[in-house]
Amino acid sequence: MVESTLPRASAQPLGPTGLRSIAADLSSDQRAFKNVSWGKAMMWIFLLSDTFVFSCFLISYMTARISTTVPWPNPSEVFSLEIAGTEFPLLLIAIMTFILISSSGTMAMAVNFGYRRDRAKTAVLMLVTAVLGATFVGMQAFEWTKLISEGVRPWENPWGAAQFGSTFFMITGFHGTHVTFGVIFLLIIARKVWRGDFDTERRGFFTSRKGRYEAVEIMGLYWHFVDLVWVFIFALFYLW
Amino acid sequence: MTQTATTQTAAHGQAHTQQHPIKLYIVVWILLFVLSTFSYLVDYFSLQGGLRYGLILLFMMLKAGLIVAVFMHLAWERLALSYAILVPLGAVLVFVAIMVFEADYTFLNRILYFSPPA
Repeated sequence: MVESTLPRASAQPLGPTGLRSIAADLSSDQRAFKNVSWGKAMMWIFLLSDTFVFSCFLISYMTARISTTVPWPNPSEVFSLEIAGTEFPLLLIAIMTFILISSSGTMAMAVNFGYRRDRAKTAVLMLVTAVLGATFVGMQAFEWTKLISEGVRPWENPWGAAQFGSTFFMITGFHGTHVTFGVIFLLIIARKVWRGDFDTERRGFFTSRKGRYEAVEIMGLYWHFVDLVWVFIFALFYLW
Repeated sequence: MTQTATTQTAAHGQAHTQQHPIKLYIVVWILLFVLSTFSYLVDYFSLQGGLRYGLILLFMMLKAGLIVAVFMHLAWERLALSYAILVPLGAVLVFVAIMVFEADYTFLNRILYFSPPA
């Protein structure tokens, strides 16, 4: 088992530490993020911009909810599920949360096995992640159907402030789209892992660059981000 | 592709990859489950007021921190990258603060000028 502090130690054998290392990196020649591949740096920068997109959605939701004089529908009741005559608040949402967290767990393991060059385990774990993600989207479709049949529209709903519907469809719709694209992205990378592209350094169809197992980690960054956004939506939209 | 090329990249890749024990991921996974259960229980027991919002935010930040630090490996990334990702998020918090004031102002004006006569 490789020591977890090893990468940083080997990456920075000498030179400044702390804030000085940041100043040295940012003022250095050619590249700021030493030892970080361009693919990973670009994914992080994309995720940062995506963070701002979702922040804007959540902030507009906050603004609408604070400023409305009409009572906000109680999400605990709106999203409750009746099983055998008993009402469970937020049951479906809780299950969706656990599914997405599990998919993040399997993804983290897939990244780990990828770097151990365990082709089969990596591909299988990525497929499990994709299945969990697809299940999440399916449950979201069920939730949308239920709410729409109860009369929730972007401009009105039976329980209170009209902005409830518009923010709900906007935020969960955008998140669900991210999950859907993540599933497609997962299937593409899983296929490459299964075929051994990253062992034979087969060149990509689109980029003509050599395949490396780092692609699995970059895929993982996107997937964990989708889970991360759900953490905020769950807390701020469903529980608040 | 020759065998040497493969082994070379394997050796080369080793220096830059994120390699941590599986146990770490399992522990974080369990923690995320526990924290999610806690935040669900906040709603289940319908806690109210400051306690509710405090706990929701606390569990949210703990979960987000675990995902970013361990699952996304930011705890082990080069410091310059971590700061480039985390510092801009301060702008989001500033934006939140601005919009809280703005929304409160709108709300008070709606109460004053748009509420139906009693």
